[in-house]
Amino acid sequence: MSAAVSSDYRAVIGLETHVQLQTESKMFCGCGADYAGDEPNTHVCEVCLGMPGVLPVINRKAVDLTILTGLALNCRIPENAKFDRKNYAYPDLMKWYQISQYDLPLCEAGHLDVVTSGRKDRIGVTRVHLEEDTAKLSHVTGSDGSPASLIDVNRSGSCLMEIVSEPDITSSAQAMAYGAKIRDLLRWIGVSTANMQDGELRIDANVSVWRQGEATGDVKVEVKNMNSFRALGRALDFEIDRQSRAREAGQAIVQETRGWDEDSGLTVPQRTKEYAHDYRYFPEPDLPPLLIPEARVSGLRLRLPRMPDQVAADLVAEGCPAGDVEELVQDRVLTEFALSVVGEGVMAKDAVTWIVHELRRVLNDRDVPSGQIPLQATEVASLLVMRGDGVVSSTMASEVLDEMIATGASAAELVASRGPQISGEEELLAVARDVIGENPQAVEDYRAGKARAVQFLMGQVMRVTKGKANPGVVSELIRRQLDGVE
Amino acid sequence: MTIDRDEVDHVAALARLKLSDDERETLRVELGQIVTAFEALADVDTDDILPTAQVIPLVNVERDDVAIKSLPRDEVLRNAPRVEDGQIYVPPVLDETS
Amino acid sequence: MGRDLHCLTLHAAADGLARGDFTSVELTTALLDRISSIDANIGAFLTVTADAALSQAAAADARRATGEVNRLDGLPIAIKDVLSTAGVETTCGSRMLQGFIPPYDATVIRHLRTAGAVMLGKTNMDEFAMGSSNEYSAYKVVRNPWDLGRVPGGSSGGSAAAVAADECLAALGSDTGGSVRQPAALCGCVGLKPTYGRVSRYGLIAFASSLDQVGTLTKDVSDAAMLLGAIAGHDSRDSTSVDTPVFNYLADSDDGLHDLKIGVAPQYFGKGLAPSVGSKVREAIGTLVDAGATEREISLTHTELALPAYYVIAPSEASANLARYNGVKYGLSDVNASDVDEMMAGVRAEGFGSEVKRRIMLGAFALSSGYYDAFYLRAQKVRTLIKDDFDAAFEQVDVIATPTAPTPAFELGSKLGDPVAMYQSDIMTLPASLAGLPCISVPCGFVEGLPVGFQLIAPAFEEERLLRIARLFERFRGDMEAPAREVDSL
Repeated sequence: MSAAVSSDYRAVIGLETHVQLQTESKMFCGCGADYAGDEPNTHVCEVCLGMPGVLPVINRKAVDLTILTGLALNCRIPENAKFDRKNYAYPDLMKWYQISQYDLPLCEAGHLDVVTSGRKDRIGVTRVHLEEDTAKLSHVTGSDGSPASLIDVNRSGSCLMEIVSEPDITSSAQAMAYGAKIRDLLRWIGVSTANMQDGELRIDANVSVWRQGEATGDVKVEVKNMNSFRALGRALDFEIDRQSRAREAGQAIVQETRGWDEDSGLTVPQRTKEYAHDYRYFPEPDLPPLLIPEARVSGLRLRLPRMPDQVAADLVAEGCPAGDVEELVQDRVLTEFALSVVGEGVMAKDAVTWIVHELRRVLNDRDVPSGQIPLQATEVASLLVMRGDGVVSSTMASEVLDEMIATGASAAELVASRGPQISGEEELLAVARDVIGENPQAVEDYRAGKARAVQFLMGQVMRVTKGKANPGVVSELIRRQLDGVE
Repeated sequence: MTIDRDEVDHVAALARLKLSDDERETLRVELGQIVTAFEALADVDTDDILPTAQVIPLVNVERDDVAIKSLPRDEVLRNAPRVEDGQIYVPPVLDETS
Repeated sequence: MGRDLHCLTLHAAADGLARGDFTSVELTTALLDRISSIDANIGAFLTVTADAALSQAAAADARRATGEVNRLDGLPIAIKDVLSTAGVETTCGSRMLQGFIPPYDATVIRHLRTAGAVMLGKTNMDEFAMGSSNEYSAYKVVRNPWDLGRVPGGSSGGSAAAVAADECLAALGSDTGGSVRQPAALCGCVGLKPTYGRVSRYGLIAFASSLDQVGTLTKDVSDAAMLLGAIAGHDSRDSTSVDTPVFNYLADSDDGLHDLKIGVAPQYFGKGLAPSVGSKVREAIGTLVDAGATEREISLTHTELALPAYYVIAPSEASANLARYNGVKYGLSDVNASDVDEMMAGVRAEGFGSEVKRRIMLGAFALSSGYYDAFYLRAQKVRTLIKDDFDAAFEQVDVIATPTAPTPAFELGSKLGDPVAMYQSDIMTLPASLAGLPCISVPCGFVEGLPVGFQLIAPAFEEERLLRIARLFERFRGDMEAPAREVDSL
């Protein structure tokens, strides 16, 4: 990729983010929406199959979740909304029209603040609207050996929300940050599990480039098929470079849809026909319009948790390391847990750092999702208090935590069963002398000025005492021994 | 108002109707006649008139988010022209990318 | 028996069953016999479900033997093939759906099954309910029982002819722009189109969703009231069905016609109306006036615009509603095509008839970029003007009387070459459809041996008023001296 060519050009990127909503039933029928892993065509009725004579009925929760998303994205919720038919012909679309929203979406004119390389930018959100998902096509070799396609209708009619950004994004890094932030936010407010690789979150990009000082053109290229944030970034880098080079060479950019090909690392034109974009939208006659009164909006606003940005700012103000906080607030459950631990009287800094590093590691080792932490915040708080008071060492605290998760026993019980921390100088001095005697190399290292030798010897003392030694006391004892103070 | 062949072809493509040459010509003429008969619509002053998409004054018809039983798979697939591996079989969808 | 059971009205048959004069099996058998003896000459049925009908009839008789039953229990009814019937082929008059067996019942069918009605079979219709003569059925034409060389009207031509030829006691139809009322007028039976939203559309195969409504074809107004009572009501599966009380449409609140103001609009008596039809309709209005009603002239200024507005809106909606027929999930298909686009385009070329293609093209055109504002949007605004006309008129009158169709039944084939002329058959019925109003066509005489109907239009959800006036008209009109039906000479 040539930086020289690209540096004269600026990218203008808008993102269209499709999100599968977390609902029990589909958008317009009562079929179960949780079909993941089930046999094909087992969550299908006449409605989502598009049989003759069927009619849609709006899922109230999907409307609520969309408004909730709009509120989280600082959108305006207009009083009048309606559904429209978007006509296009593709075999995965059962009715050959999609019930979507055209000129009166549920949410309008919001924004999201995104930090890229330390700089905060505000990305406009044009609209958030609600529609239905399509069936799933797979391309196979049929039983007679010829190529064919198979259709699984389970996904057809699922609740799909679309978030459309303004073309305010200027780099692939910013697009990735926007996407990640949207994902975290959707999970935070509980509207979607938003896993990109499972298709719960799909991001398409509209990209154009312009030379600095020139007016922006109206030709944009739509890029699709990115299955991860990394793919999004790579596809945008490729596309920005491709368009920059083309313009540099004096070639016109063709308005088209291109697909990202992960293997080749290229975007390639998709098969489109000139009429493909005449969607012939018209108001859905089968669905009366929606009138969203202020009471409904304010009721939903009450359900909206504090946003991660606000929570993070508070924690940093309380002395937590910004990096840890940033990691913490990607996970609402963990954040709530940390706040509960703080509520039990633990210093915010200690709780956050320990939860981000130790608790997450232990959960990870045991394959426990953060949504299913089998611990009470009070238990973790009491462990952290014991650690702060020097009753247990850090090492021991981690071991106790692991056992708490494994056995369900309380922190106090486990600490008591191990015996408390050994702080007695006499007992520890005997151990320290043995350890020094057994490790002449470490003693030499220390004399040669290598401070790390103390850490090594401390580790040996901890091993012998099964982690119960008070590290402060041991450190002091070892230094005194090595320095020959006694 | 006359409608030309290109317009007929464009609309037929939108509607995914494969037309024979005879049909194209017949439809070109007929659509032209029909649209001409409709020119009266253009003579009405509708500037301050709101469109009527639905005649009944209903709003907010929604249902609770409750999952109910789907159709048995046999019923879902009963009318499908061909079924393989519990899925609906169709001739190949040409690769999206050319 | 000694009596022609197939000639009974619904309510007379209900009385007969209640008295034990005959059983549902006897009644059903009489109708099935009638169908087998004459339908080859009429073409009213696409599917006759004789075995199912007889077992439903037997079950009805068994219910009646053990206790109180619904008034419709055991009465044989025919169903327009536009309604989804679980396990029974439903073609909508199209090759596209040949062999299609729906997995579900339309809500109205569910209601009829609950009431114990016996279903005789599915009636012929214009393909996807698009047509005014029934000549656009993909399967066969329907002949008018009064004159077998003439059309029965459409699109519910099969249902109207079946009722008129005594092949069923009553039938369900569907009415988008007149598809129940116009064939009722042409066949000499009663055709009721309820208010949009009164009867569930769930399972009614969509033609134009903002206009479609299930209606009834019956031998008299009481039967229409009886059948409407069974099928009306709110349905949570149809978001456009209205949750408003369903009256006992049969209640005979016989307070006469005094105080009744009938609106008559000159726009319905102008060009296009056959003078002989016009004078029969005037006579009918005279009958109501003689009985105590007052005639008031009203103006429905935008009536002429109903035709273009309708033929923009209905095809636009149809172009989307009929998009789903592409050979993928059901119906006509071609899995051996080289690719899926070939299959879908090929299936649509082969599966749709000329009128359906014409309307899909017209609709796609009216919605397409560049024409949307001039056609679709403008038609919707004109729809507002037409609705406003009715609202203003109903400030002054209780009911509006018009002809149902501009002419009596025309000859088979006479309008096939001229779509605009064919569309003109609907000019009297389209305006009330656009406004969603309840209407009924009631026979009011004969012209040259052919029946003539007149239409009453009431304000939205005033079916009770509409039916009461129509029944009083029927009473004051008395029995008409009917010419010979050609079907009787078969």
